[in-house]
Amino acid sequence: MKLQDLKKLSLQMNLSPEDFAPADTQEQQDLNKLTQNTSYWNDAWRRLKQNKIAMIALFVIILFILFAFVGPLLSPYTYDQQIRGDENMAPNIKHPFGTDLHGRDLLVRVMVGSRISLIIGIGSALIVLLIGSIYGAVSGLFGGIVDNLMMRFVEILYSVPDILIIILLQIVIKEPLENAFNQGSLFGGLQKLGPGIVAIFIVYGLLYWVGMARIVRGQVLQLKQMEYVNAANAIGASKSRLIKKHLLPNCIGTLIVTTMLQIPSAIFTEAFLSFLGLGVSAPMASLGSLAADALNGIQSYPYRLLFPAGAISIIILAFNLFGDGLRDALDPKLKK
Amino acid sequence: MGKYILKRFGAAIFTIFVAATITFFIMNLVPGDPFMSEKAHSETVLQALNEKYGLDKPLIVQYKNYLVNLLKGDFGVSFKLQKNREIKDMIMESFPISAKLGAWGILFAILCGIPLGCIAAFKRNKWADNIIRVLSTMGISIPGFVVATTSMILLAVKLKWLPTSGLKEPTSYILPIFTLSFYPMCYIARLMRSSMLEAFSQDYVRTARAKGMSNFIITFKHALRNSLIPIITYLGPLVGYVLTGSFVVEQVFNIPGLGRYFVKAISNRDYMVIMGTTIFLAAFIILMNLVCDLLYKLVDPRIKLGDE
Repeated sequence: MKLQDLKKLSLQMNLSPEDFAPADTQEQQDLNKLTQNTSYWNDAWRRLKQNKIAMIALFVIILFILFAFVGPLLSPYTYDQQIRGDENMAPNIKHPFGTDLHGRDLLVRVMVGSRISLIIGIGSALIVLLIGSIYGAVSGLFGGIVDNLMMRFVEILYSVPDILIIILLQIVIKEPLENAFNQGSLFGGLQKLGPGIVAIFIVYGLLYWVGMARIVRGQVLQLKQMEYVNAANAIGASKSRLIKKHLLPNCIGTLIVTTMLQIPSAIFTEAFLSFLGLGVSAPMASLGSLAADALNGIQSYPYRLLFPAGAISIIILAFNLFGDGLRDALDPKLKK
Repeated sequence: MGKYILKRFGAAIFTIFVAATITFFIMNLVPGDPFMSEKAHSETVLQALNEKYGLDKPLIVQYKNYLVNLLKGDFGVSFKLQKNREIKDMIMESFPISAKLGAWGILFAILCGIPLGCIAAFKRNKWADNIIRVLSTMGISIPGFVVATTSMILLAVKLKWLPTSGLKEPTSYILPIFTLSFYPMCYIARLMRSSMLEAFSQDYVRTARAKGMSNFIITFKHALRNSLIPIITYLGPLVGYVLTGSFVVEQVFNIPGLGRYFVKAISNRDYMVIMGTTIFLAAFIILMNLVCDLLYKLVDPRIKLGDE
């Protein structure tokens, strides 16, 4: 259509009478399509798809999930199987990542280690989401003295150096947990994870939700002023209904982004703890503990460090990039 | 201003107290006592030991004694690591080493991070910006121990340019300082880029441009000074990061600083040393945060003093 030739002025356009004919049905339908509603999620997904880096990161994350959860099933070895005669092997066809000094296949160990990193990242992000969002929403909604007290508590927790307390808790919780697990009574499904991971979950549940609580509170304080909250209040909705039906769903974008960005930081912390010898206990392997093990023979077997270190860096990088992309897609206001 | 400083100082002291309390009670959750894992003590010896260290008293009395001793600067003695040695002495001996490394690391991170961020902001969406952005995102995704170990393999083991461990020669400082400052450098570069871009879009920069000021003055007199403010807020967490990061760095490069003592104490389960070091480091980090906060308010008069 000539009318779309916007760069020209009207006199330059050479219009003919046909250009003023009424639009046919096809054209009308095309116009209708343009005004079709896009939901929040469709809109966000469209923005996310345009972000190439984020899509690559998502692809890498999916690959890693397959690598970590399906990979060990396909491997002929298990992570704690010590193969006689295969000790200290360099990467070869039988063991693509080589073996360690007990003859354990490093490929499987890196897979299992990635699995632990992913479980910890996602698990603790969910714990943080649960506690932080409820705490923040309650504090923001009630306001006044409740808010004041709750936020003072958060401030104190926030200014206590968390990594130190995490190390302390990790030291202290692990042993009793191990004992409880050995007696094997109440924990059931948790038992498979092992005391090291459960201890990390507990520590995250105790300490790491403060950032999330602050963010949610800030959002709730804004949302509280909205008319629909006022209306819900006026028809006698209870506080818990307000939080569940109105407040939290309306800050869903922030919730998802903060949770997503929590994952790499949790993986980071777990790797740090395992590297110091505080994470999972042997023969279980995590990427941090594999790197720490590799440190002993670093002069002769540098590749032992290479694989776990590379895996952890790629996982964290992918989650960071995907989180950034998700933030731009879900919450364009936050974009800088 | 004076009232505000006093208030913040009071809050910091209270936080240190909370940290000490949390530490004390967490450490007392540990099953058994510090002497349990040692070779069989007879009943009487155990009792004498418990009496000597005041472990036979009720928890609340122990707690009170511990706090009083802390106020006197007494962190107790090591039970296992270096038997009967005052923890205060151990800290005084090893902390200066960590502090020296940390101070160099912070300096290096700031001196490299800020220019990198500025360049990225200037050349927005050009190749220089893209390279810096990719590298700094990678930098904040790579754990400290990976940087430490890979740089050690590359520069010390393979190329043999630098010593692998210890602090004997001046060149042996290079790797630890580099690994310690790598993450904060990348973080600062990212922070600097976004705050510089923010500053460039401000009205005062447009006004300065409209007045016909040179690019040089606009950048250094207006934009840079204002975009440095977020960096100051990051300095507090940075001190905390560098101190905890030293656990890994000192472990990898075998440096006799406080971080390595702490890790050793963890693996030996020397609870008194863990407790003492934690409280010392926590207090140090909290006070540094306080200093940064005060500095922040001093530098930027737009920020409201008093109640927040």
